[in-house]
Amino acid sequence: MAEILLILALSVLLAWPLGHYLARVLKGTPSRSDALFVPIESTIYNLLRIDPRRGMSWRGYALAFLVSNALLCVFAWLVFMFQHWLPLNPDGIPGMRWDLALHTAISFITNTNQQHYSGQAQLSYLSQMVGIVSLQVLTPMMGLGIAAAILRGLFGGLNAATAQEGEERNLGNYWVDVTRLSLRVFLPLSLVLSLALTSQGVPSTFAGAQTAQPIDASAGMAEQTIPVGPVAAMVATKQLGTNGGGWYGPNSAVPLENPTPLANALEIIAIVVLPIAVVFMVGPFTGRRRLTALVFGVMATLSVVSLGLAQWSEYQPNAAVAGLAAPGPNLEGKEVRFGASGSALWAAVTTQTSNGSVNAMHDSLNPLAGTVALVNMLINSIWGGIGCGLVGHLVFLLLSIFIAGLMIGRTPEVFGRKLETGEVRLLSFLIVLQSLVILGFTALALVIPGVAANSNPGLHGIAQVFYEYTSAYANNGSGFEGLGDASYWWNLSASATLLLGRYPCLLIPLLVAGRLARKRQAPESAGSLNIESATFGATMIAVIVLITVLSYLPALVLGTVGEQLMLAGG
Amino acid sequence: MNVATYKTELDNSGGGLWPALLWSALLVVICGLIYPAVATVAGGLLFPQQARGSLVERDGKIVGSRLVAQPFADARYFQPRPSAAGYDPKALSGSNLASSNPALRERVTQDSAAVAAREGVAAESLPSDLVTTSGSGIDPHLSPAAAQVQVARVARARGLRADQVEALLHQHTQHRTLGVLGQPRVNVLELNLALDQLQR
Repeated sequence: MAEILLILALSVLLAWPLGHYLARVLKGTPSRSDALFVPIESTIYNLLRIDPRRGMSWRGYALAFLVSNALLCVFAWLVFMFQHWLPLNPDGIPGMRWDLALHTAISFITNTNQQHYSGQAQLSYLSQMVGIVSLQVLTPMMGLGIAAAILRGLFGGLNAATAQEGEERNLGNYWVDVTRLSLRVFLPLSLVLSLALTSQGVPSTFAGAQTAQPIDASAGMAEQTIPVGPVAAMVATKQLGTNGGGWYGPNSAVPLENPTPLANALEIIAIVVLPIAVVFMVGPFTGRRRLTALVFGVMATLSVVSLGLAQWSEYQPNAAVAGLAAPGPNLEGKEVRFGASGSALWAAVTTQTSNGSVNAMHDSLNPLAGTVALVNMLINSIWGGIGCGLVGHLVFLLLSIFIAGLMIGRTPEVFGRKLETGEVRLLSFLIVLQSLVILGFTALALVIPGVAANSNPGLHGIAQVFYEYTSAYANNGSGFEGLGDASYWWNLSASATLLLGRYPCLLIPLLVAGRLARKRQAPESAGSLNIESATFGATMIAVIVLITVLSYLPALVLGTVGEQLMLAGG
Repeated sequence: MNVATYKTELDNSGGGLWPALLWSALLVVICGLIYPAVATVAGGLLFPQQARGSLVERDGKIVGSRLVAQPFADARYFQPRPSAAGYDPKALSGSNLASSNPALRERVTQDSAAVAAREGVAAESLPSDLVTTSGSGIDPHLSPAAAQVQVARVARARGLRADQVEALLHQHTQHRTLGVLGQPRVNVLELNLALDQLQR
C-alpha cells in the first residue's frame, strides 16, 4: 500500500512541472535551452525548406501526419524484413516473414507495440534501434501534436483574433510541434531513464549474446545463452511513450528488462508521468485551468477505482493453487521481486494509459483483474495514450455536452461554439466503429475454424480473442499471451484493427475541431452549461461507463466475468 | 517566434512528400541512431558491470547472470521456482495458463507433490512461489519462506548444520528497497555460489 501511494504521489508531483513544460514547448515560449535546441531545429527546418512560423489548417496538419506515418511505416517494414542483410546483427537473426514484419511495423507506427514476436530472438540490434526506438520516440509525440492541434481548434485556432467567421483556422505546424516535443521533452527524459535503468542492471552494450556455463551440470543445461544489447535505451522509450513493446518477449517481467523493485518503480512512474502531464498541460496551454481540474478529476476517479479492483483481485489466491500450497496471493505469471501488489499496480496503469508493457502475465491474472484490464482498454482514456488519451477524453466530453444539452433543453455549446448534428454524427461514428471492429473481428475469429489459436479452454479462451482485438484497437499492445498469434490471420486482422484504432480516432476529432474553430463564438453567459464543475464531471463518468458497459457487457460476460463467476461457484 | 500574430497563408497540404521524407530520415537518425548510441555508450561507461548483463564469474569462467535463473537438480543446491521456459533466456515465457484452466491445476498438483516430497513437508504449507511459474521463466529469486523450506534438505545433503545454511540464507536475504518497494527475496544463484564457497 505504501509502495502504491509513493509511486502514484511521485508520478503526479513529477507530472505537474512536466505538464507546464509541455505547454511552453508547444507554445514556443522562449527558454534557456533554446541555445542548445534552436540550432538543431533551425537546421532541420532549413533542410526541409519549411517556414516554422507558417501554420497549418486541420487538413494540412492531418496530411502531414498521415504522410510521415506512411513513410516511417514502410521504412520499418523493410528494415524488419531485411535485417539479415543489414549491420548491427551480432546474433545472426534472420529476416521476418512479410506479414509479421508488416504487423510489427503497423503496431509500432500506431503507438501500440502489440508484439507477435520475441525481440531477443527475432530482431537485430539495428531493427530494435531504427525500427523500434525511433517510432517509440516519434509516435507518442505525433499523438500529442494532434491533441495540441485539436485544443487549438476548440478555442478558434491560433488566428482566432484576426480570422473571420467561416475562415480556415491555424492549428499549428505539425513538423514544428513533433520536432520540438521529441527533442526537448522526450529524448532528454529517455536518456535520464535509460541511465537509471542501466544502473539497476538493464543491459547497455553493443556486444552480442553472452554464454555462461551453469554451475550444476547435473541439471542438464550445458550452456546458457544470455541475450543482451542496447536494451536500456529501448526500455526507457518504451515506458515513457505509452509504447509498451519490450526488448524481451515477456517484457518487463524479465529481470534483464526490469531488474529491481527500484527499476520497477521508475518504470511504473514512466508509464503514467507523460499521460498525466498532458492533463496538466491543458490548463496552461488553453488558459483554462478549471478544464484541467475537470479532466483530472474524471480520469483520477476512474483510475483509482480500477487500481483498487486490480489490487484486491490479485491478493486472492489463484484458484488452481487452492489446497496445493499455503494460501497467498496469485503468483502464477508473476515475479517474486514485485509480488502481487507491484504486478497488479502495473497491470492497472499499463491498460489505463495505453502503454501495454507488462511485468506479469495477464493471461494468468485472476479473472477480475483481467476484466479490469479489458475495461480500461475499452474506455482507453483513463489517462490514455500520450495525446490520444486526451483526444479520446475530449470525444467523451463533447458527447457528454451534447447529452447534457438535450437533458436540460439548451443548445449544446463548447467554449461558446455550437455543437451541431454534423459534429455529433462524426463523433458517434467513433463509438460505433469501436464496437464494430472489436466485436466483429472477435466473432469472426471464433467462428472461422482453426484461426483463433487460443490456448486456454472455455470462457477464458473467448476472452483471449476479445482481449487481443480490444488491445489492438486501444493501441495498447498488452495481451493474453498464450494466444498463438504469429499466424497470417492474426497478423493481418490485428493490423487492420490497429489502423482503425489509431487514425480515425485521431483524425475525426481533428476534423471536428477544425469545423468548430470556424464557427462564430458567442460569449459564455450565465445561461451556458458550466462544464468545468463537479456535476458535469459526474455526468461524464456516467456517460463513459454507460457507453462502455452497454456496448461490451455481453462480450465481457462471455469472457472473464463469466470465468470469475464460475470460479467463485466452484 | 510569435505564431499568433504572424500573417501568412495557411498550409493546407502538409507540405507534400519532400519535407515528410526528409523529416522522417533526419528524425530516425536522431532518435534511432544517435540517441540509443549515446545512451548505450554512456551506460556502459558509467555502469560497466550492469551494462554487460550482470554476469557472474567463478574461476575465470562466466557461470551465469545474477538476473537469470538457472536450473539446479542436485540436492546440495537451493532450487529456483519452476520455469515455463526451461530456464532458457532465448525462449523466455510464462505459462500463460488461466486460473480456470484444468492444465494449470494438473501441473500445480504434480509440482506441489514433488516439492513436498523433496523437502519432506506437507503440501499445504508450501509457499506458493514454489509451485507457480514466473512471468519471465527466469525469475532469479525465491521468497525467503520458499528458501527456508529447503534449508534442512540442503544442509543434510552437504553435511552442514541447518543453522550454518540458515545463517547464509539470512545473509543473502534482500529486503524491501527503502523499506517500501518490492518484496523480500533471495537470489538463488548467489546463495548457491556462497554455499559452494563455504565448502571449498
